[in-house]
Amino acid sequence: MSNVIERQRHIIDFTLSSLLRRKGKNSALLAVYTLIIFILASVLFFSHALRSEAGLVLRDTPEIIVQRTMTGRYQPIPLAYAGKIGDIRGVISVRPRLWGYYYDANFLANYTLVVPGENPPEPGTIDIGSGISKLREAYPGDTIGFTGFDGKPRDYVIRKVVSDESQLVSADLILISEADYRSLSGIPANQAIDLVLKVRNPKEYTTIAEKIRRLLPDTRPIIRNEILRTYDAVFSWRSGLVIVIFSAAALAFVIFAWDKATGLSAEERKEIGILKAIGWETSDILQMKFWEGLAVSLTAFLLGVILAYCHVFFASSFIFAPVLKGWSTLYPQFKLAPIINFGHVAAIFFLTVVPYTITTIIPSWRAATIDPDAVMR
Amino acid sequence: MILHPSILALFISSLLISLMVLYSTAYGIQILRRWDIASGSELQLGLERRTYLVSTIVAYFLAFQLVSLFMFIYTADSICHLFVGAMCAVGTLTVNQFGYPTLVLKIITFLLAGLWLILNHADNQGFDYPLIRTKYRLLVVMAPIILAETTLQGIYFLGLRPDIITSCCGSLFSPASRGIATEVINAPPLPMLTVFYLSTSVTFASGLWFYLRGRGGALFAALSVVQFVVALTAVISVISLYVYQMPSHHCPFCILQCEYYYVGYPIYIAILTAATTGMGAGWLSHYRGIASLREALPGLQRNLTLTALVSLALMAAISAAYTLLTSFTLR
Amino acid sequence: MITAHDITKTFNAGKPNEFSAVRGVSLTIDFHRATVLKGPSGSGKTTLLSIVGCMARPTAGRIFLGNREITSLPERFLTEIRRRTFGFIFQQFNLIRGLTVLENVMAPAYPTGEKFPVLRKRAQEYLDLFDLGSKAASKIEWLSGGEAQRVAIARALINNPSIIIADEPTAHLDSKLSHEFMAIMRRLKADGKTIVLASHDPIVYDSDLADSVIEMRDGQLTSTGSLP
Repeated sequence: MSNVIERQRHIIDFTLSSLLRRKGKNSALLAVYTLIIFILASVLFFSHALRSEAGLVLRDTPEIIVQRTMTGRYQPIPLAYAGKIGDIRGVISVRPRLWGYYYDANFLANYTLVVPGENPPEPGTIDIGSGISKLREAYPGDTIGFTGFDGKPRDYVIRKVVSDESQLVSADLILISEADYRSLSGIPANQAIDLVLKVRNPKEYTTIAEKIRRLLPDTRPIIRNEILRTYDAVFSWRSGLVIVIFSAAALAFVIFAWDKATGLSAEERKEIGILKAIGWETSDILQMKFWEGLAVSLTAFLLGVILAYCHVFFASSFIFAPVLKGWSTLYPQFKLAPIINFGHVAAIFFLTVVPYTITTIIPSWRAATIDPDAVMR
Repeated sequence: MILHPSILALFISSLLISLMVLYSTAYGIQILRRWDIASGSELQLGLERRTYLVSTIVAYFLAFQLVSLFMFIYTADSICHLFVGAMCAVGTLTVNQFGYPTLVLKIITFLLAGLWLILNHADNQGFDYPLIRTKYRLLVVMAPIILAETTLQGIYFLGLRPDIITSCCGSLFSPASRGIATEVINAPPLPMLTVFYLSTSVTFASGLWFYLRGRGGALFAALSVVQFVVALTAVISVISLYVYQMPSHHCPFCILQCEYYYVGYPIYIAILTAATTGMGAGWLSHYRGIASLREALPGLQRNLTLTALVSLALMAAISAAYTLLTSFTLR
Repeated sequence: MITAHDITKTFNAGKPNEFSAVRGVSLTIDFHRATVLKGPSGSGKTTLLSIVGCMARPTAGRIFLGNREITSLPERFLTEIRRRTFGFIFQQFNLIRGLTVLENVMAPAYPTGEKFPVLRKRAQEYLDLFDLGSKAASKIEWLSGGEAQRVAIARALINNPSIIIADEPTAHLDSKLSHEFMAIMRRLKADGKTIVLASHDPIVYDSDLADSVIEMRDGQLTSTGSLP
């Protein structure tokens, strides 16, 4: 048994020294391999971190949201509906929500208008998010102007800038009083944008949603879990799409690896021939090739994953954040919390190291079955 | 299909490795037809060289299949929240009818690959490749099963569609009444526990006898197969209950999670190892008569048996630790 | 002794460039003696040597090492026998570039799984034996022709083989070094080793070391004579 271990040690020794002897060729391969892993890992880490962050935020969404639709289009919901829904058994509370978007044509930015449930600003004053503050260079005490639904301008004094705790949510936020909101948006006093419900028993979500629909056929109840699932699916879909595109790069890499592996230089060929002539078996050479592949793969994998981690979590994914995030002039500068999903690490392994290893099986075997006879001549 | 990274990873890598196995089977057939150890012709030399390729591929396949088995379960677990009613991997696997068959085939192909490698190792000890035909016949049997597994896995993944909001209707059109299983079929717990300990002891005794006396290999192999089935059933029906400390949680997959200290991994690996090495050791007894193997075979069988015994002991120890040492009891 | 019966080695069988390097050769090589294969290049000496030395399998015929038939042995067994029994010295030395002298000498023993310190010590001893002790850590690219040859001989001896095979050993050496080489061979034979040399150099086949000279031409033997 110790004999077997010692033999492996000798072979590993020889393999490592042989890798170092051919630094040029091996570094090119290592560089490309690491790059591939780096890109894939960066994408997966980034989207997973975003998803986790979104998940955390979404955890606080209302359990059930009731919207009103007309011919499939989203409409304001009459406040009278709230009363009817409140009467359904199991519903603890119904709260109408007033919110919307405001497009600032001068700055080409979209803001989110919200009338908060607690501590709303006084009429005539608003709270703004840090993104808006920076964009319009407006600070507490300044006056800022918006154009209402009727085209007339309205001015508001900034009470405070919303704190940065969750930048994802608050950067483009405008908190406004109900009266000012209705005046700015034109929503009449007997309507709201949607209703949010608190339910006593989570197992009842579906039942209550059914009841609401039966009671008020032009409404659309949305359950929180569904939102979470949909977001998740979209995130997965997006990162999956990237992976599909990535496969093109992976394919190129695999072809490159194949080329490197089959293109044994005359010197390498001779070396293997000599080894076989002096007493190494085919299986010894196969072992050598195995350790070689392992050394290269492990190095590339560790390097690629570590670099990706640093790239995403310390350098804010500067390389491709613009592509993945979308477009806007207003973006939160958020630092993602470093969460790694082990499943993703395994997926990276399966998508890179496995194809590489499989590609090198046949070239390694060809190398290992070189006829020592040829070296005698 | 859900474009989840792990799913794509499993899909693509399974496909690649199955193609490799197929490729090597083509050579396997050629070997079966033209092999002639006594000939020194170039064809024969070429075939001998090919055997190295085939055994390398199968070895990689085995390693891959072990990891892919656990990865499959892990992935199923991590996407369970996309399906209404699915609580863990059990739910995900029942979303369509290809989930469990894929899992079963993964296990079977792993065992077959393990057996093949054991046969291969034995064959290499004989100077006239005595088991070559048996080996390659086994490969020809294995190849369609491996392809079937990859295909089923692919169909399973392609058929997965998350229950997400559709544009107009929201929640009410989620197929909540899909009939997703939350539990796996199980046997009555306490009797099963007794059966498990009994079976483990009998198999262990048979293995020990075989190790010491060198006889009874076939019996040991048969018992190993029985023990495999018994152990898996026991994990589902009773041992998992002790791990979760809940009388009705029969999930075989949750023990692989971090809350339970990943104890599922040593348990399942021990079960798989015991089955493969026990079956292999016993099967090899069939070839005791071959001259070229006479010297090497007993040693190989003893090593395999020892591995099987250790795995059995490990499995028994872990089960005993949970059933006897925790305060939870089913009585 | 090594016995070969009707050995044939054909390359590219069935193709238009089919070619038999060795045809119907039968010979005996006695242990503890020195045998020389004499013949011009292309006569099949190298092929015959590789068959005798367990490096290749004959297309037809049978070959015995002592009592054991090695004709149809699979490669792994053949290699094991070769490692234990034979030490090869190649025409071009074939030392591995990039490795040191010591590493080159130890290389044939790596697959045996021998403990590294033991192996190292033995390798060093052989180097000392051939006055190369001080060069153990040098890269082989810096050696002179004579030094390289002695490294090649030390490498051939590392596994303590009982048979030494050398293919055209003096082809790249001047007369002085050739005679030195023969002197080393004499020493080894005196130690009880079997020597098999292939050469068309008179220094080799005319020397008093040779117990038996076998002549080859075009893949066939033209004479198998023992010298008085």
